[in-house]
Amino acid sequence: MLYIENVHKQFDNGFLALEGIDLQIKPGEIVSLVGTSGCGKSTLLRIVAGLDFPTRGAALIDGEVVTRPHPKVGFIFQAARLMPWLTVAENVQFGLQGVSRLERQWRTEQVLQKVHLLNFAQTLPRQLSGGMAQRVAIARALVTQPDILLLDEPFSALDAFTRTQLQDHLLEIWATDRPTLLLVTHDIEEALVLSDRIIVLRPNPGRVHREMAIDLPHPRRRSSLEFQRLKDQLIGELDLSPAAPDLVER
Amino acid sequence: MTTTLRQSTPTLALPWDRIIPWAVPAGLIVLWQILALVGLINSRVLPAPTDVVQAAIRLTLNGELFKHVGISAWRAGVGCLIGGGIGLFFGVLNGVSRPAELLTDGSIQMIRNIPHLALIPLVILWFGIDDTARIFLVVLGVFFPIYVNTFYGIRAIDPGLIEMGRVYGLNRRQLFSQVILPGALPSILVGLRYALGTMWLTLIVAETIAASSGIGYLAMNAREFMQTDVVVLAILLYALLGKLADSAVRWLEKVTIAWHPSQNLT
Ligand SMILES: Nc1ncnc2c1ncn2[C@@H]1O[C@H](COP(=O)(O)OP(=O)(O)O)[C@@H](O)[C@H]1O
Ligand SMILES: [Mg+2]
Repeated sequence: MLYIENVHKQFDNGFLALEGIDLQIKPGEIVSLVGTSGCGKSTLLRIVAGLDFPTRGAALIDGEVVTRPHPKVGFIFQAARLMPWLTVAENVQFGLQGVSRLERQWRTEQVLQKVHLLNFAQTLPRQLSGGMAQRVAIARALVTQPDILLLDEPFSALDAFTRTQLQDHLLEIWATDRPTLLLVTHDIEEALVLSDRIIVLRPNPGRVHREMAIDLPHPRRRSSLEFQRLKDQLIGELDLSPAAPDLVER
Repeated sequence: MTTTLRQSTPTLALPWDRIIPWAVPAGLIVLWQILALVGLINSRVLPAPTDVVQAAIRLTLNGELFKHVGISAWRAGVGCLIGGGIGLFFGVLNGVSRPAELLTDGSIQMIRNIPHLALIPLVILWFGIDDTARIFLVVLGVFFPIYVNTFYGIRAIDPGLIEMGRVYGLNRRQLFSQVILPGALPSILVGLRYALGTMWLTLIVAETIAASSGIGYLAMNAREFMQTDVVVLAILLYALLGKLADSAVRWLEKVTIAWHPSQNLT
């Protein structure tokens, strides 16, 4: 269980990025955070990851306050962040510090199979396409068998086709181990395709504005009327005044 | 794409890509030899290539060549090792530690603005003209390129990669060996290439001005006896050693940073 309890974050320069964030996320739930740029989504995710610290309140994983990166939490960033000097397999193993060699190899193989990159195990990152690199990043996050996977705009740097592919792929992977997914996205359709629940944040300071449960069955069809209706509703919830123009689809 | 096409042409099995760059130098040497033979170049000005070869054979047989080359290489090696070691140490220290940078980087940058060869008179006063003086100069010359490139190599590492290390709970030592060092290595090797350049330059100047052995001494001594062939030989030796050192770094790059965009993938 992941609790976010009354989290405030004020940066050293005095900027209040988050105020009073309360969230409870059940194991295996898929939750999206949406909101205009600068409303504190990344900051919240980094606090859950133990990479940044709240000035008040706390994130709790299984009842324990997060004070540093938790071994059962995986993080996928917008950029793949692969070590350019390591092969695909070695990059995946980067997530397995301190595990015996045999097990490392076995688990790497399993997870590379899952993301359909087994044939690229010995390839260097510079030879991969953006989508492949991001799949390696997903594999690296999955190889530790995390209970919670944090994703910060994981597909936003990819072309639309690859993005849709990886969204489906993420759901496929999720269906086997069912980790909790906490996803930050700019892409409203992405949130609607993936999430059980969508949290809308609003900036200055970042607060939870609205929660929407999405009860549509998987796989979700983007063209369905219900999907379109939810999309319109969600866009309405976001504050898309001219001051915050960059949210809707690029 | 083009290389694969060319390689698949069966008629030309020779590695022309490697041969063609040598055509111009080889042609020049032949021309030089011919001009010397017909007497258009005075051997006092420039000896014929064959004279230089003969000088090389002569000095090899009487052991002079290896003695002087050995001494020069030793000075270069020791100076490079010490200077490079110190440069690497401070580069790493200041690269990972902000307080250390504040404390020492300013001073190092100030000293860097002094051309180290300008210190020769002072260095001779301090150490006399024995090897300590020459090695000291090489150390100075090698230190800065290694320091600067190590420092900036570390600072230029993608912070996202370092954060990846934090995500997986790496301690400082693991972070250094698994992220910082490999990330900075391409830049460090660039520094090494520069350092080797200054290394030979420093040594040439230092050996030419004050020495009783080494390649520079060989050249200056030959000048006194008007042995132009030995002078040219000494110059060629420097060029050869410089090239050798450069090839060594290239090889090092090939085996350690094959992943880097500067390297061609095979
Ligand atoms: N280290 C920091 N110091 C000061 N302000 C910051 C810092 N990091 C982020 N911010 C500010 O906090 C706000 C929220 O940032 P972020 O969480 O990255 O937003 P989002 O991911 O929703 O676009 C932004 O206005 C940003 O400028
Ligand atoms: Mg963000």
